[in-house]
Amino acid sequence: MNQKYLPLIATLVIFVLAYAVCAFQYPNMLSTRVAGNLLTDNAFLGIAAVGMTFVILSGGIDLSIGSVIAFTGIFLAVMLQNTSIHPLAAFVLALAITTAFGAIMGAIIHYLEMPAFIVTLAGMFLARGMAFVISIDSIPIKHPFYATLKTFYYKLPGGGRISLIGGLMLFVFAVGILIAHRTRFGTNVYALGGGAQTSALMGVPVGRTTIMIYGLSGFLAGLSGIVYSLYTSAGYSLATVGVELDAIAAVVIGGTLLTGGAGFVGGTLVGVLIQGLIQTYITFDGSLSSWWTKILIGALLFAFILMQKGILFVSRHRRTHA
Amino acid sequence: MQNSPNNILVASGVVKTFPGAIALNAVDFSLRRGEVHALLGENGAGKSTLIKCMTGAYRKDSGGLALDGVEIDPRDTLDAQKLGIGTVYQEVNLLGNLSVAENIFLGRQPRRFGLIQTAEMNRRASALLDQYGIHINVASALESYSVAIQQVVAIARAVDLSGKVLILDEPTASLDAQEVEMLFRIVRGLKEKGLGIVFITHFLEQVYDLSDRITVLRNGRLVGTRDTVSLPRRELVTMMLGHELLAVEKEPRQTGSEAGPVRFRFSNYGKAGSIKPFDLEVRKGEVVGIAGLLGSGRTETAELLFGIEKADSGTAEIAGVPANLSSPRAAIANRFGFCPEDRKTDGIIGDLSVRENIALALQARQGWARPLSQAEQVALADHYIKALDIRTSDREKPIRLLSGGNQQKAILARWLATNPEFLILDEPTRGIDVGAHAEIIRLIEDLCAKGLSLVVISSELEELVAYSSRILVLRDRAHVAELNGAEITTDNIVNAIAASSVNKGAA
Repeated sequence: MNQKYLPLIATLVIFVLAYAVCAFQYPNMLSTRVAGNLLTDNAFLGIAAVGMTFVILSGGIDLSIGSVIAFTGIFLAVMLQNTSIHPLAAFVLALAITTAFGAIMGAIIHYLEMPAFIVTLAGMFLARGMAFVISIDSIPIKHPFYATLKTFYYKLPGGGRISLIGGLMLFVFAVGILIAHRTRFGTNVYALGGGAQTSALMGVPVGRTTIMIYGLSGFLAGLSGIVYSLYTSAGYSLATVGVELDAIAAVVIGGTLLTGGAGFVGGTLVGVLIQGLIQTYITFDGSLSSWWTKILIGALLFAFILMQKGILFVSRHRRTHA
Repeated sequence: MQNSPNNILVASGVVKTFPGAIALNAVDFSLRRGEVHALLGENGAGKSTLIKCMTGAYRKDSGGLALDGVEIDPRDTLDAQKLGIGTVYQEVNLLGNLSVAENIFLGRQPRRFGLIQTAEMNRRASALLDQYGIHINVASALESYSVAIQQVVAIARAVDLSGKVLILDEPTASLDAQEVEMLFRIVRGLKEKGLGIVFITHFLEQVYDLSDRITVLRNGRLVGTRDTVSLPRRELVTMMLGHELLAVEKEPRQTGSEAGPVRFRFSNYGKAGSIKPFDLEVRKGEVVGIAGLLGSGRTETAELLFGIEKADSGTAEIAGVPANLSSPRAAIANRFGFCPEDRKTDGIIGDLSVRENIALALQARQGWARPLSQAEQVALADHYIKALDIRTSDREKPIRLLSGGNQQKAILARWLATNPEFLILDEPTRGIDVGAHAEIIRLIEDLCAKGLSLVVISSELEELVAYSSRILVLRDRAHVAELNGAEITTDNIVNAIAASSVNKGAA
């Protein structure tokens, strides 16, 4: 067994076990309705977390995505309220802005040799501020196109639905997995995570790759914003505060090394679903405060970080005694 | 210049200067097809600068570089790689987290419709490594394999990528004998194929084992290029150490060093993988010199004595009482002092003042709970600035602004302030000007006369001969000889360094 799959397998096992425990207590949780909602409710987080996975795989971090999601939402709401452009055109515009925003952060990180943490922290404040500049109110989106989009879904046996946004998330994950493992860009992302200096010596276009990584993260944050506006039918500049941290948690629980270079996009999906499952369980229980989600996720994160350290230790130990 | 058509890479009159130093001064170097060419020299000789000029890591200031008779000027390592010059470093410059195949094909993975054909890539990587006699699972992460395998992967990548010239920069430094043999087999195979191979190492044994020709650099200048078979080891060592061998004889010492009792006794002291166990006795008021080529275990010996590396065999006794030297703190508590080889990174704290640097070791020994008062520090600093003649306009000047010689004296002052009984000096005179050089030597002699025990490591053989009462000679991480009294001459040291090689080579 290749030990690089260990964190991924551990995550999967935890997810299956947790689902089994939930289903044992509340048999209803096995219904396709719950499963469908799990996808729909976490679609925006999942899409953003795919971008975050690439960023973390490359050894970086992107703190701006929560703000970018909120910015996209309020941008769409105001555009659709005040202009007559078609939502699809507004989507393209929003994605262009967020992609450029991410790419510029990537360029700053690379060319000014600044830590990603600081640059994207600035990006976080900037995007949140721009959202406030657009509007401080929660603006409903009443465009008929939104209503139409919501009618698209795939009906599962048992009454569950995979909504458009739930399906989109799965599609984004599929494409993300393909990019990570079957393109040169994907390999370059892993290479950067293994060591930027060495990568440069081996011919990896470090600058271009960095810009593309943060551009991709910006694009997916924008897409996540579109999904979030579809999900809530509104735009609000105070929305999705701290989603970047949920995304980081999903990535780490999904088995990606926070130091970069090792992990899987697919694992992040499981990480997102574990978070969603905890939330669903708490909803089913009804008596627990929703803060228990945070507490459990915190505990899980600790457990995963310890496990990663443990795996690293064991593999080093094994190598020195080989 | 040799302009035979057999030359694949020719560097002529390469000059490279850094602010304040000429790293390469009109160096000529030629590499033939199908030869292993050893590039040798001590620290600061210019080997790595020359390599970096050839691989594009540095741009040379002037001079020519021709590959296959065509003038080239690589902009960076990638450029050099594309031209045909591949490099493999001691520290494997590959990505441990990627698979072996990904490492070999990074940036040139076989693709179809924009997607990497992983199976095809793995098949090709396996086939490539098969040629080197390595049969491993190329889909596994590189870091799951030993350093030797990683070296072979690095070589396979470099050859596959470049294919004309292969530069091996100390590839064997962290390999065991069997792995070295495997590597040599591979290098010989590449030689057969007509590659030009530059081989840098500190192990003379390996030079004679593998190389066809030898080029020696010293102080940024070319000493000479010779055929390996016609170059006796003794002559090679002389070329490297660069002493015209004035046959410095030891003046009989007037100090009664022989009379003093053994104060520090290390028996069977060693650390696996670092330095073989050795015995060392140092008397009161005695200077023991340590000689050897770079990489022979000189610095390792010093670090072991001072507790930076923990000995895993043997015992240390001070005046007959077993002593604990398991950490620098413990060593300092036993009145040890150590001036390290790399003054700038391990010795001085550049932004602190001369005063603070001098007070440092004494303060550390006292513990931070009992700070030296400002007045005490000033008195201490002024005393040593005067006593050692440290030339600084002001005791509060940041120490990095001082010259190398004065920095060295300040570090000496730091240890002298702790009133040590045993002082280890690693290359105390490196990189300082001639005047300061003489002063440091005078200081060493003074300290010795005052009853301190010193261990001094130096590549300046005349210098060692001048002040040592005994000299230990190191080779290949073991203590191989001890010279006493009248035996102490530069000639004998060079013989001792080369002699064991000859014996082994003849065997």
